[in-house]
Amino acid sequence: MVTDSAIKTVTLTIDNKSCTVPKGTTILKAAQSIGIDIPTLCYMKELVPDGSCRICVVEIEGGRKGGLVPSCAEHCAEGMVVYTRSQRVVEARKFILDLLLSDHTLECFSCARNGSCKLQEYCLEYGVERTSFRIGKRTPFGKGDTSNRFFEFRPDKCIMCRRCAHVCEKLQGRDVLSIAGRGFDTHISTCYDIARTDPTCESCGNCVSACPTGALSSYDQKRNYRSYEVTSTQTTCPHCAVGCQFNLLTKNGKIVGADPVDGPTNKGLLCVKGKYGSYKFVHSGDRLTTPLIKKDGKFEPATWEEALGLIVNKLTQIKKKEGADAIAGFSCSRSTNEDNYMFQKMMRAAIGTNNVDNCARV
Amino acid sequence: MTNPFDDITAPDVDVIMLVGSNPEEAHPVLGTKIRRAVREGCKLIVVDPRKIDLAKNAEIHLQLKPGTNVAFANGMMHIILEEGLEDAEFIKSRTEGFEELREIVKDYTPEKVAEVCNIDAGELRKAARLYAKAKKAPIMYCLGVTEHSTGTEGVMSLSNLAMLVGKIGRSGCGINPIRGQNNVQGACDMGCLPGDFPGYQKVKNEDALKKFSEHWGVPLNPTVGITATRMPGAVAEGKVKALYIFGEDPMRTDPDIGHIKKMLTGLDFLVVQELFMTKTAELADVVLPGVSYAEKEGTFTNSERRVQRVRKAVELNLGMRPDVEIFYDIMNRLGYPQPRLSASEIMDEISELVPSFRGINYARLDAGESLHWPCMDEKDMGKAILHVGKFTRGLGYFYPAQYKPSAELPDEEYPFLMITGRMLYHYNAGAMTHRTEGISELHSSSYMEMHKGDAEALGIKNGDRVKVASRRGEIETRAVVGDKVNYGEVFMTFHFDDGNVNHLTNAAIDSFANVPEYKVCAVRIRRA
Repeated sequence: MVTDSAIKTVTLTIDNKSCTVPKGTTILKAAQSIGIDIPTLCYMKELVPDGSCRICVVEIEGGRKGGLVPSCAEHCAEGMVVYTRSQRVVEARKFILDLLLSDHTLECFSCARNGSCKLQEYCLEYGVERTSFRIGKRTPFGKGDTSNRFFEFRPDKCIMCRRCAHVCEKLQGRDVLSIAGRGFDTHISTCYDIARTDPTCESCGNCVSACPTGALSSYDQKRNYRSYEVTSTQTTCPHCAVGCQFNLLTKNGKIVGADPVDGPTNKGLLCVKGKYGSYKFVHSGDRLTTPLIKKDGKFEPATWEEALGLIVNKLTQIKKKEGADAIAGFSCSRSTNEDNYMFQKMMRAAIGTNNVDNCARV
Repeated sequence: MTNPFDDITAPDVDVIMLVGSNPEEAHPVLGTKIRRAVREGCKLIVVDPRKIDLAKNAEIHLQLKPGTNVAFANGMMHIILEEGLEDAEFIKSRTEGFEELREIVKDYTPEKVAEVCNIDAGELRKAARLYAKAKKAPIMYCLGVTEHSTGTEGVMSLSNLAMLVGKIGRSGCGINPIRGQNNVQGACDMGCLPGDFPGYQKVKNEDALKKFSEHWGVPLNPTVGITATRMPGAVAEGKVKALYIFGEDPMRTDPDIGHIKKMLTGLDFLVVQELFMTKTAELADVVLPGVSYAEKEGTFTNSERRVQRVRKAVELNLGMRPDVEIFYDIMNRLGYPQPRLSASEIMDEISELVPSFRGINYARLDAGESLHWPCMDEKDMGKAILHVGKFTRGLGYFYPAQYKPSAELPDEEYPFLMITGRMLYHYNAGAMTHRTEGISELHSSSYMEMHKGDAEALGIKNGDRVKVASRRGEIETRAVVGDKVNYGEVFMTFHFDDGNVNHLTNAAIDSFANVPEYKVCAVRIRRA
């Protein structure tokens, strides 16, 4: 017998393309599955839809209330006919952007997120240059929160998409951020208005990574780079053994930041060490850059030839006099598999001892 | 780990038992997964001497005395057997050694265990029932179990517990050590162990010795080497004269720094390859500049045995060399003809020699495949869950373990029991995190947690400077007074050089794994 869930699919048309998806699939996901891009602001694929920003609005032929619905929350139905770029959809999106801009400080030139701001991107796409609204309250410019060491909050750039609060509550599980107030006074607040320096906030920066505008931005980004200037290199975090994936962002040969990647274990999250503590040490001024040989108790810079020559001479002498087992090596459980493999091969095959260990015990 | 993170924190997991592990600080992203699981209804049993943050939302917190894990696990098994909650079918078909185990745990009555562990017998019963009756219940543990002179017994007794209720070899269960360092799993897998070639192929095994000798083209030494923790003794006896330390700072991170210094200064020749001039590098004869993860190609193996790529993001400074190039150079100069391989070519050599890596190569990893070892061929995605249907050794062996007290317990002279651990903002010796402004602004100095009752008795207030001494040394630090630790116990992190706890810790080691007893030593405290 075939189970119910296995056979329940629906077929619909999106922008004149036919599409068959499991029952319960949202229009947004169905569209994505056939390569149709719908703009989103508040939508987070890991969570139930919030449906608050409405930018993902689409038109359903013959639908209720004129057929305009948020595609992130609306399920596909058999025979549904959906348009994602109809005249009415475009007008609706323009209106939504107009409303969002009505309480958004336009200082794109100096904004950390210039070039990586979704609001900017959509306003450009839909030709919305400024707001047409003249009335209503506006969040005062400059009334921000700079208490955190790694990032700042600028409520006058906040579009109330709630992604930061959702990340903090539902993914990070910390509940530092939530919504407060009603109507024009609605704003993102820390619970009980505690400072972001309170230990409850772990400075993980996941709210910053989730913010689609410049409302939450890292100081490193604000001061040092814009997204279009950097090259991303996906790598594995060098801290604990969870193995989070992130992109190291480089500009002019220097690492300027780290952004989480949707890796198999971290699913787009990082901790404070991964987000902010994984790159500054690389360019630290006190890095060793040349071999050093100790002479009369003091280190002196040496050439590679001198340093490696001395090491090989000493090891050869000791091996000859005391045997290979008088030599030992500690390898590095911070370094790569390949380095570790070659280190133990050096100890075993070139020196001839099994005196090789790593810092697993300590 | 026998099971991956997402499997043991999935919405259908009923109970998580966390033993000697504080993932919210030491493995923060795993911490978020556990918090989420608990919110979604998963019950949590925390077995930890400290009131870690997760204990707040735990169904049961057994705040046991440090160093009594074996007694705790044996007590759990005693209750499970007494109440008939064991998985008889699993024991019969999948395991051996059960009768001996039954004999040993007979003595561990809840009342007796409660006394040894300083916990409530009723709570222990509750924990045993909760764990045994759950459909899906993983055990996660960390260094709170292993860093004891009886650490191996601690691990074995937890494995016994999981086998007893058949919670191993299936989804949402298992025995899951959360590895501390990014590639500590990998360094061990790659054979940086005195008795193991890559892939845990034993030096003592003649076939393995022959295989590696043939492949590497030289006769290899059949004598098992000396572990890092036994090295101070070997140097003192004059057995070892030269040491090559690659990326490690034992002068900060090893227990009983006094005797580490004696070891390092007692050598004829010390080479240190490092990023920075560390305390250890200062004692070297030759220091070679090391290379960070961001400047090289390679792979790390995470706690789940998942092999993931590390990619070069920036070029090295002029005149510096990748770590592996230095090894090539030394090998060739010593007369061993080692070709200069790329990172990808080294992985190919590894997969040729290590059966469990046979299916792993850079082409697959770079195409986005996520591979766990064992990964037996090109089509294999690797085994995410171990011991399904059959244990690696065939039948699962109950290795019975008796509780033994820690090597050094508090006495009149040193009345406090000290434990050590990691905190959220820093990582080990702090080579990376101390060089990040912001993090250093948040936390940059050592501290010691103590119970408010003890503090009051000693006239110590929150924030006071205190002198802490063990039989091995004395340091000064700041007191953090509260109730996170129990009466008579204190806790310190090991990240800070101003009051480095490893001047105090005990280098007594576990007789099987040679892991030092970082987690228990006796200290005395006075106001500075």
